[in-house]
Amino acid sequence: MFDFSYRFQWAQAMRHLPRMLEGALVTLEIAILSLVVGIAIAVLLAVARDSKYIWLRAPATAWVEVARNTPALFQIYMAHFGLGSFGIYLSPYTALLAGIAFNNAGYLAETFRGALRAIPETQTRAGRSLGMGQAQTFRLIVMPQMFRVAFLPTTNQMVWAILMTSLGVTVGMATDLTGIVQNLNARTFRTFELFAIAAVLYYLIAKTVMLGAQLIAWRLFRY
Amino acid sequence: MIEIEKVYKSFGKLEVLKGIDLTVNKGEVVSIIGGSGSGKSTLLTCINGLEPIQSGRIRIDQTEVHARSTDLNKLRRKIGIVFQQFNAFPHLSVLDNVTLALRKVLGMSRREAEEIAVKQLEHVGLGDKLKVYPSRLSGGQQQRMAIARALAMSPKYMLFDEVTSALDPLLVGEVLDTLKMLAEEGMTMICVTHEMGFARDVSKRVAFFHQGVMAEIAPPDQLFGAPQHPETQKFLSKVR
Amino acid sequence: MFDTAMTWNDLMFMLRGAGVTLWITAIAVAGGTMLGVVFGVIRSSLSPWVTWPLAFVLDILRSVPLLIQLVLVNSFQAIAGWGWSPFTTSCVVLALYTAALVTEVVRGAVLAVPETTRRAARSLGMTWAQDQTQIVFPMALRVGLPSWINVTLGVMKDSALVLWLGIIELLRASQILVTRLQEPMFILMVAGAIYFVISFPIARLGERLEKRWREND
Repeated sequence: MFDFSYRFQWAQAMRHLPRMLEGALVTLEIAILSLVVGIAIAVLLAVARDSKYIWLRAPATAWVEVARNTPALFQIYMAHFGLGSFGIYLSPYTALLAGIAFNNAGYLAETFRGALRAIPETQTRAGRSLGMGQAQTFRLIVMPQMFRVAFLPTTNQMVWAILMTSLGVTVGMATDLTGIVQNLNARTFRTFELFAIAAVLYYLIAKTVMLGAQLIAWRLFRY
Repeated sequence: MIEIEKVYKSFGKLEVLKGIDLTVNKGEVVSIIGGSGSGKSTLLTCINGLEPIQSGRIRIDQTEVHARSTDLNKLRRKIGIVFQQFNAFPHLSVLDNVTLALRKVLGMSRREAEEIAVKQLEHVGLGDKLKVYPSRLSGGQQQRMAIARALAMSPKYMLFDEVTSALDPLLVGEVLDTLKMLAEEGMTMICVTHEMGFARDVSKRVAFFHQGVMAEIAPPDQLFGAPQHPETQKFLSKVR
Repeated sequence: MFDTAMTWNDLMFMLRGAGVTLWITAIAVAGGTMLGVVFGVIRSSLSPWVTWPLAFVLDILRSVPLLIQLVLVNSFQAIAGWGWSPFTTSCVVLALYTAALVTEVVRGAVLAVPETTRRAARSLGMTWAQDQTQIVFPMALRVGLPSWINVTLGVMKDSALVLWLGIIELLRASQILVTRLQEPMFILMVAGAIYFVISFPIARLGERLEKRWREND
């Protein structure tokens, strides 16, 4: 079954580990940025989706449905190739970031909307009757509780964001983990060794993020 | 002074308040009793402008609550309200529950706010629970915290909406004692309540609501001793 | 409204790509679901002390980007001299990935069946197999089916990645047209619309099922 005429050259591939770790940092950077941007937009989308004004509801719904019903890779293509039709040319980095943030925002908007519905209306009433304004009540009373309910799904989205960063290579991204591995591969043809190391690194990044999220949750949600 | 004149309020087709007239003077304690669905709780949320009204008017110290020009956020600082559900903010410690509005609405520094909050919490007997989160408190303690939270804003009027209804019978006493203490200190209060004994002991006047109408209002001795309205008689014979 | 050089033939080219997308998805989901159900039942009925190696492997499949998995398996089959086509490789990788996701769905669904219900079934004299088929399966199906629909749609969308191995599925077909016609926005919108038309109705159906079954509880 296994007839290896191929000699695995792990040592040679491992020499590139420092460069790959640099790429891992870029991967993490894009994932974090896309999550932060995604969360900010998702809060707005979640509120807009339950708005009584159709001109707020319609675009928010469209965003959420497109983000959830088309491939992430398609969304990245749109940012990179599609916008070219309007004379907007995003670098691979920006296009990747925009595509993942778009995707994050769409998925998280639904998560947040569900979380908002789990917070009793009486909390808002209590805030308002203390003299707080509508926006103030949302920011100080509702939002912190929403983030708690939505914390675990948000962590999962963060892991997906990390996985999605690997798609950058298809639009010419060269500095993230997959991009760097792909470039090394083109020079050395040590495909299996290089991508196996990359797989281990991705796995470690994902696990570290999950662990970090648990620490944050433990620190943040003592109640 | 709280002046309520000919207030009508409906939720869709359902008429909840049908022409309520009531004036509450400074330092007065008025209790409102009546069956469920009589509109008594709704009246309270109309007084602090959480609910709009269809007609009539409510004035608080000459300010009309439902006028477009009224800054409700500012007006509400004058009126504290405590609800049946305790509405503790679960993500904040007891101390922060009380300081939040002081800091964010009145713009106090954290130190000023904490000084006031500690005083109010000690006043309602929670001086030893400052750093605790609400989920660790009993229902009675949460409700007393909610009272302290409202009192910290130094309101001129306090509205209590069935504040003991969601409590275990054993915990009712500690909350009622807090209300009595407030009444003795001269706070102007409107209490919607099912506790007849409390209404009798504390109130200057007791109002009986029936199907959106104030059927009867009188000093407690009179209302409980010799009720005039047949519905009041029926209600009182049932709750006794 | 749109002035485009795209022809009827080009659209057919894209639709054939969509056919490839659906075909790969069907194979991957069919294989992945069968494996996933087996793994899920194993994971939920045996002690974690026994199943940890399986859990670990499945966790890896869920934590490593699909693109990396595709490249890895593709290069491995070349090294091992199996001579798999990119299509076979894609189906195998996606099926394993699906299996990892379905395992979690099955496990969640089985765990959602209350222990008390199962005890009631066993105390009526049902055997383990009867308990599984008569009680656990129907109840778990209600919990699991909506999630399984989501997994299926997810795999359909993720299958776009197989373009990296040179398979001309929907997105790769669109990309080829973009290069030729230089109308990226229009062509990608058509591609997006095709994905949307496939995904949206099924997603809605899943939501409706989930809602109806939750209301009946």
